[in-house]
Amino acid sequence: MSGAGIWTERFDNPASRRLRDPATTGYVALGLGVFSAFLAIPPIEARSIVWSILVGLVAAFFGLWTAVRGRRRLGIGAIVLGLVGIGLGVLATRSSTGNLEAVFNSSLIAQMFASATPLVFGAIAGMFSERSGVVNIGLEGMMLMGAFWGVYGADVGGSWVVGLLLGAAMGGVLALVLAYFAIHLRADQIVGGTAINFLALGITGYFFFQLYHGNYVPTGVSTIPNVKIPGLSSGSFLGDAIGDLNLMIWAGFVLVIVSYIVVFKTPIGLRIRACGEHPRAADTVGINVYAVRYGCVILSGILVALGGVYLSDGFGGGAFNDNMTAGRGFIALAAMIFGNWRPFGAFGAALLFGLSSAIALRLQVYSASASTLFNVLPYVLTLIAVGGVIGRTVPPAADGKPYQKQ
Amino acid sequence: MSGSDEERPTPPLAQPDEEAASAAGRLAVKHRAGGLIVPVLTALIAFLIGGLVVLATGHNPLLAYRDIFNGAGLNWIFHPTTDIANTAAYNLSQTLLQTTTLILCGLAVAFAFRCGMFNIGGQGQYFIGLYVANWLGWSFSGMAPLPHILIAVVGATLAGAAWAGIAGVMKATVGAHEVISTIMLNWIAIWVGEWLFGDGGPLQNAANKTVPISNDVADSAKLPVFWGQQELQGLHIGFFVAIAALVVFSLILNRTTLGYEVRAVGFNPDAAAYGGISVRKNLVRAMAISGAFAGLAGALDMLGYLYHFGQSDIPVSSVGFLGIAVALLGRNTAVGVGLASLLFGALLFGTTHGLNSNVIAPDLAGNLTYIIQGLVVLFVGADVLILSVWGWRKRIRPKAKPAGTAEAAA
Repeated sequence: MSGAGIWTERFDNPASRRLRDPATTGYVALGLGVFSAFLAIPPIEARSIVWSILVGLVAAFFGLWTAVRGRRRLGIGAIVLGLVGIGLGVLATRSSTGNLEAVFNSSLIAQMFASATPLVFGAIAGMFSERSGVVNIGLEGMMLMGAFWGVYGADVGGSWVVGLLLGAAMGGVLALVLAYFAIHLRADQIVGGTAINFLALGITGYFFFQLYHGNYVPTGVSTIPNVKIPGLSSGSFLGDAIGDLNLMIWAGFVLVIVSYIVVFKTPIGLRIRACGEHPRAADTVGINVYAVRYGCVILSGILVALGGVYLSDGFGGGAFNDNMTAGRGFIALAAMIFGNWRPFGAFGAALLFGLSSAIALRLQVYSASASTLFNVLPYVLTLIAVGGVIGRTVPPAADGKPYQKQ
Repeated sequence: MSGSDEERPTPPLAQPDEEAASAAGRLAVKHRAGGLIVPVLTALIAFLIGGLVVLATGHNPLLAYRDIFNGAGLNWIFHPTTDIANTAAYNLSQTLLQTTTLILCGLAVAFAFRCGMFNIGGQGQYFIGLYVANWLGWSFSGMAPLPHILIAVVGATLAGAAWAGIAGVMKATVGAHEVISTIMLNWIAIWVGEWLFGDGGPLQNAANKTVPISNDVADSAKLPVFWGQQELQGLHIGFFVAIAALVVFSLILNRTTLGYEVRAVGFNPDAAAYGGISVRKNLVRAMAISGAFAGLAGALDMLGYLYHFGQSDIPVSSVGFLGIAVALLGRNTAVGVGLASLLFGALLFGTTHGLNSNVIAPDLAGNLTYIIQGLVVLFVGADVLILSVWGWRKRIRPKAKPAGTAEAAA
């Protein structure tokens, strides 16, 4: 146990060491990228476009995995190859299937951003918490809190701004509960996070029924507006892709850049990382470990709840239903691990996961089973990634470990 | 909850240091501190806070809890009768039906805990058991009942074991944390179900291709019902299987070499390895046995009273997650899991049935179950707090908090 973080209590053996080498994933990804293009053309000539996209996406994922774990050039090469493979595959089968036009067009990019945004907020939120040394399994629950109280705030307050504030505040309150139990009481962080998820499910369900009588969804709630970029008319490629995105999607982009600067370029970020890597040392030089961890966990709750508000009051058009997040908090957690606890890595993973679910949404009309395949892809990839090919760089060393002042 | 008798004969190993103890291992150490007080106080505080939520939203918590108590059929003890036409008796039979499932789901979490692992994947393993039992249940129609039931139950149990075994093998070989892998396996199991029962899926019913529901299991695979009627969701013999599972769980852990090794690894993997116990082998074994319990739960539910399963049933089911609360409240012991299952079984059925909506609507009460479940898990994870509440009340240990923290950091 040489300082490996909570997600990688690994045993050292030659097989896993070889698998862990980022080069392995990189070359596998390159191979898959080439393969994805070949799938659609003779001699294999897969009749369905699904396979080419699936293999291309998997290639892109492992490319990303490789890129954020040290072999940057190899990884980015694999991502590009995977995406080009998808493109060639789509082109090759385009003439044969009429439906493709409806599934793959420039508005898929807009939909990718829409699906990815809750994950972006969640993954960045998880990164802050874990960088300070607190594992946050409760992301799902905090996102759910944001989703419900965001709609409630927008409904009662009459403005989506109130919704954002209330949702963020409620996510922060729930995070405060986790922080108190994890930091002050030194309760097990994973058990605490699990409890947070149950609590959020109960609280949102209870108040949804209490305030809206269950299936009644308020209509005409003030929703988070879209940002129309002047000059990009709908119909053009760029116009369909980014011309009319929700405000929160742009806020997500900004969040990624800001959190990169904060975590890696400022003294505050250095302190956060010190608390996550070696809290005793941080304490010795005068950093208040408890305060930093409290701040990061609460910030994490606020950020992921903002993703939840977007889900209900932006993407969902002001509607809420029981357990609305449906696992998005956990995909966000996976995106954070995929992205190696780094903002841009997490962002890349969130985009790819978002693309996967956007494709799933569109395929539903044509093939339910193919749609399921893209829905399950994030979970399978995460399982493969943390299982077989965990990267060489490791999570914060003190991640998940309670710290006791002396 | 006199489950503490099972806690005592732990291997005489060194206390785990902060580095070596896993999440569940640290928890196991803390669980030794509180005896009987912590679970009882935990449940009381959880119900108290739940009651405050009810009160704050303008309902009477005492009346609500009384209705839930009666709705769960627990008032049966005042007028015991085996007549199923009696409302209390019927309600009790339904509560015991839920208890059956929860015992097994609780054991699934508890067994892994005793080996130092946190199995969040009970829900997924339960689903896999459910799917396999459904498939085997209608596949061999026309077979004699006993072999058919045995095939379906054993098949589902093994499937659950295999599903959990994936996480165990991944932990043992490359050290992937079981929490992240079992969460992913849960969601994969959910989507597998969506696919199996969905349009054109392999387990979708043959009769109506527009409805995403499975076939009914054959009559020969249905478990005999001993209390109530089969058509009215009577209590099936799986109840005794669950009780037997409690005994088996206790025997395995306390009376076999396997159990000794599993507990040794859970207590301190490094010391266990030093003592010649294969840590990897035990991680895989413990996880597989955990999954077997959850898979068995799925089999008994499918063959006992569900008989079919559909896409819309998937997001509603949460017994696997309730198993976490059951195991933690029951302190990962057989007796504790049994009692906690009865509590949560009563809560689960009592909140969905026969409630007067003037007092509290079933939808509110159902979510109250989640809140209480969350609070129980939250407080059990932090019995330093519970003990300090106790110490502060009784003034037995004025400095309860430092005493507890010494345990935690030891």
